[in-house]
Amino acid sequence: MTSQVSSPVGQQSGPEKGQDSGRDTGSKEIRRLDRVIIRFAGDSGDGMQLTGDRFTSETASFGNDLSTLPNFPAEIRAPAGTLPGVSSFQLHFADHDILTPGDAPNVLVAMNPAALKANIADVPRGAEIIVNTDEFTKRAMAKVGYDSNPLEDGSLDGYSVHQVPLTTLTVEALKEYDLGRKEAGRSKNMFALGLLSWMYHRPTEQTEAFLRRKFAKKPAVAEANVSAFRAGWNFGETTEDFAVSYEVAPASAAFPPGTYRNISGNLALSYGLVAASQQADLPLFLGSYPITPASDVLHELSKHKNFGVRTFQAEDEIAGIGAALGAAFGGSLAVTTTSGPGVALKSETIGLAVSLELPLLIIDIQRGGPSTGLPTKTEQADLLQAMFGRNGEAPVPIVAPSTPADCFTAALDAARIALTYRTPVFLLSDGYLANGSEPWRVPDVNELPDLRTQFATGPNHELDDGTEVFWPYKRDPHTLARPWAVPGTPGLEHRIGGIEKQDGTGNISYDPANHEFMVRTRQAKVDGVDVPELEVDDLTGEARLLVLGWGSTYGPITAAVRRIRNSGGEIAQAHLRNLNPFPRNLGEVLRRYDKVVVPEMNLGQLSTLIRAKYLVDAQPYTQVNGMPFKAEQLATALKEAIANG
Amino acid sequence: MAETSPGLAQEAPPNGDAAAKGPEALSLVPRAVGKQTMKDFKSDQEVRWCPGCGDYAVLAAVQGFMPELGLAKENIVFVSGIGCSSRFPYYMNTYGMHSIHGRAPAIATGLASARQDLSVWVVTGDGDALSIGGNHLIHALRRNVNLKILLFNNRIYGLTKGQYSPTSEAGKITKSTPMGSLDAPFNPVSLALGAEASFVARTVDSDRKHLTSVLRAAADHPGTALVEIYQNCNIFNDGAFEVLKSASSPQAEDKAQEAVIRLEHGEPIRFGAPAEDGLGSQGVVRDPASGELRIVDVREEGTASVLVHDASADSPGTAFALSRLADADTLFHTPIGVLRDVRRPVYEKEMAEQLERAVEQGGKGDLSALLHGSDTWTVVG
Repeated sequence: MTSQVSSPVGQQSGPEKGQDSGRDTGSKEIRRLDRVIIRFAGDSGDGMQLTGDRFTSETASFGNDLSTLPNFPAEIRAPAGTLPGVSSFQLHFADHDILTPGDAPNVLVAMNPAALKANIADVPRGAEIIVNTDEFTKRAMAKVGYDSNPLEDGSLDGYSVHQVPLTTLTVEALKEYDLGRKEAGRSKNMFALGLLSWMYHRPTEQTEAFLRRKFAKKPAVAEANVSAFRAGWNFGETTEDFAVSYEVAPASAAFPPGTYRNISGNLALSYGLVAASQQADLPLFLGSYPITPASDVLHELSKHKNFGVRTFQAEDEIAGIGAALGAAFGGSLAVTTTSGPGVALKSETIGLAVSLELPLLIIDIQRGGPSTGLPTKTEQADLLQAMFGRNGEAPVPIVAPSTPADCFTAALDAARIALTYRTPVFLLSDGYLANGSEPWRVPDVNELPDLRTQFATGPNHELDDGTEVFWPYKRDPHTLARPWAVPGTPGLEHRIGGIEKQDGTGNISYDPANHEFMVRTRQAKVDGVDVPELEVDDLTGEARLLVLGWGSTYGPITAAVRRIRNSGGEIAQAHLRNLNPFPRNLGEVLRRYDKVVVPEMNLGQLSTLIRAKYLVDAQPYTQVNGMPFKAEQLATALKEAIANG
Repeated sequence: MAETSPGLAQEAPPNGDAAAKGPEALSLVPRAVGKQTMKDFKSDQEVRWCPGCGDYAVLAAVQGFMPELGLAKENIVFVSGIGCSSRFPYYMNTYGMHSIHGRAPAIATGLASARQDLSVWVVTGDGDALSIGGNHLIHALRRNVNLKILLFNNRIYGLTKGQYSPTSEAGKITKSTPMGSLDAPFNPVSLALGAEASFVARTVDSDRKHLTSVLRAAADHPGTALVEIYQNCNIFNDGAFEVLKSASSPQAEDKAQEAVIRLEHGEPIRFGAPAEDGLGSQGVVRDPASGELRIVDVREEGTASVLVHDASADSPGTAFALSRLADADTLFHTPIGVLRDVRRPVYEKEMAEQLERAVEQGGKGDLSALLHGSDTWTVVG
């Protein structure tokens, strides 16, 4: 499944025009592909993420389905030319619906020897490799441990290697600009983007407009980049080295009618929070401290002050959630964003929020741990921290989005739970969802759920003597939520705190029976959170094995399930969006199958919960290498599990 | 639609007497309808501090002062951390939150930033504010959020039964330091001045009149106000501030006169037994050679060079120098009163202005337009 599926069409139809490009592709052969995986790789200062983003935008606007995987070091400018300094961006696009950024690239763009060396193991023979030969100096090759030149020693036999002096060509193309060689050479990523855009018939107007916007204050730089981009395109068109270009038709059948855009997980999450604030008719307050890979949510929300969004960059993680909790007390839809290490610091305040029973969203964009771990890589190892990482019995509902675009809906769902049940709620995204992107059908705002909630306005209890009073811990009998009485409401003055409270009055109480009751009541409230039943994808009902996932493994698991089914296998799939509480029917679903396999990017956290709660022999299949699962790898593992009964 | 909350609209309702506007710092906080009394601010909860604790005096002073502010009671919030003094909110019949150790300034910052129509008070202690919560305190001070922070300093950990605190004198023998504490103490006023505080004052639990006058000045101040209150813990650190107190005997009064430097804005800094002009016989002057402050006997050196206290001075330098006059061990020459009271931008006001400006510049947020962005494509069925 890793090689390109191609069929020559150019011969029959003669010269064709590049889609929307308005440029003649000449008499070169055009092949039609159903899907392609491209990986751009270079130094962390080479602009690979920007290049990937632009190619993604071109691809999205062309109408392909797509999925992306940015992969970069934690250092902003890691030592140049070294293996740890390599930054890459993988993009999978297709004429049909796809679920992952792809296992193995069909095309690798390697801007230097380090990029080649760091990525070649992922690239199957037969794939195309475009290398920037200008960077393949003896010194640069020796730096990454190449004893001989891989472009000459036969080690790349079996690949289709295009040796392109990208830097020289870029500098040549920009000679009319008043730029030094070094500065002109910086545009080589745009040259590469132009070349790839030609190869895959990508529309180019948006990229040119983007460059002019980005460098609006430096028009000469903008024009130089546009020129480099065009030069790359023209190079593809004219040089004989590139004899073939490719078409990947829009994925029209994959998308229901609607308006689409490309969106990353962190952007979708930010929009989800703004939407939740609008739908709840409550001002949004974000208390946050910068941390990778969550900072983009802070950046994004800080742009939307005209929606009444207050963003507060705190002095530390604790103050971030503290300020959010204070704002929640004041009647805001309050949010704190962080990653695993930040959650550890916020734990005590989350416990306070459990005790205060105020709505609060805790967004954890998980990354590799423990400790600082792998800041820019993905992992799902905070599940048990979210579930149990507090002193005392402190249950918190957990919502986990499954794809980048799903982060939007997950944010709305987390807000619904927080507001309805007056509780902190965890949203567990991860680095893969945060930075990855996919097409998203933009919802009609009229379709969004109504999240409006009721503040307390008057007394809610009558004492024996007939006096009407306000009891801050008198609960709604259905949801067990307590009233939300915000300061400024006359007559409802009350005090709340982290000390155990008497049921009803909320006054301090050390009474043993009351504590027992309150602990059990808080648990019952979270256990009773209304979550949708778990849907099982089991087409024939013949499957004996259920694969159960949560969060960002949705794409790879679903792709693996498709592969198994395409090769005649029977497998059932279910994916958890709500991890606390679990869907009511989860136990029943699990018992329907002889075998349950749980793929996770941790050492088996969900499977531990499943085994403990349902006494089902759920088998973990785990990976903690900082990268998402590959579909083929999962398919193989699941096939083995099926075969072994 | 849900009932709209009072206050979320960020505007003070046209409430109360227009003439009684109250302090500028609280101009967005609704005024009380009708006259309030101290009783209005007492909650129905039994006060549970140790008998004789200095906290009682502070509670009474605050409850007694609140009616003077004339604010709608429901728009007042007390937020505290952990420690003896942090039980304070339970005893105030306002909104309140007894939070977790050290975090009250952070929580109050979020509340005050989101709600300009509230008068937000933080009650904290020397351990809460200066040890576990030191970071939040200094950042609240530099941001200048409209918070009134009452720091009850008893120079000991009371609730955990008597360990040394970050303000305990070096060498202090406590349960956790049987051979004496090795830590050098903080001077909270010096610390606050170094943290860019726009208002710093110190007062003493037993001097209700002075305490109330400092509360008044703090309430009037737009921005963060830090009020250090020397508070006696009669169980674990009894008499820590006795040298500053005059009530117990004539001898004590004489001693206190020498120990306490009372600061009044615009007045010469004089203290000690009265000189012929009725003011204190001791004066604070600046040494022309070193620039340091020192204490002189005005009967010998005259009054011409005695410093006039200027709480509104741009530079906190003199206020800092005044705060250093006190002896960390004996507390001799402790200045009390308002050391600094300057105007600078208030955080939540500027935050609200940014929101307004964003609407002016980009129009009120349009959710549909936001979600669509600029690069969309359409799939037709």
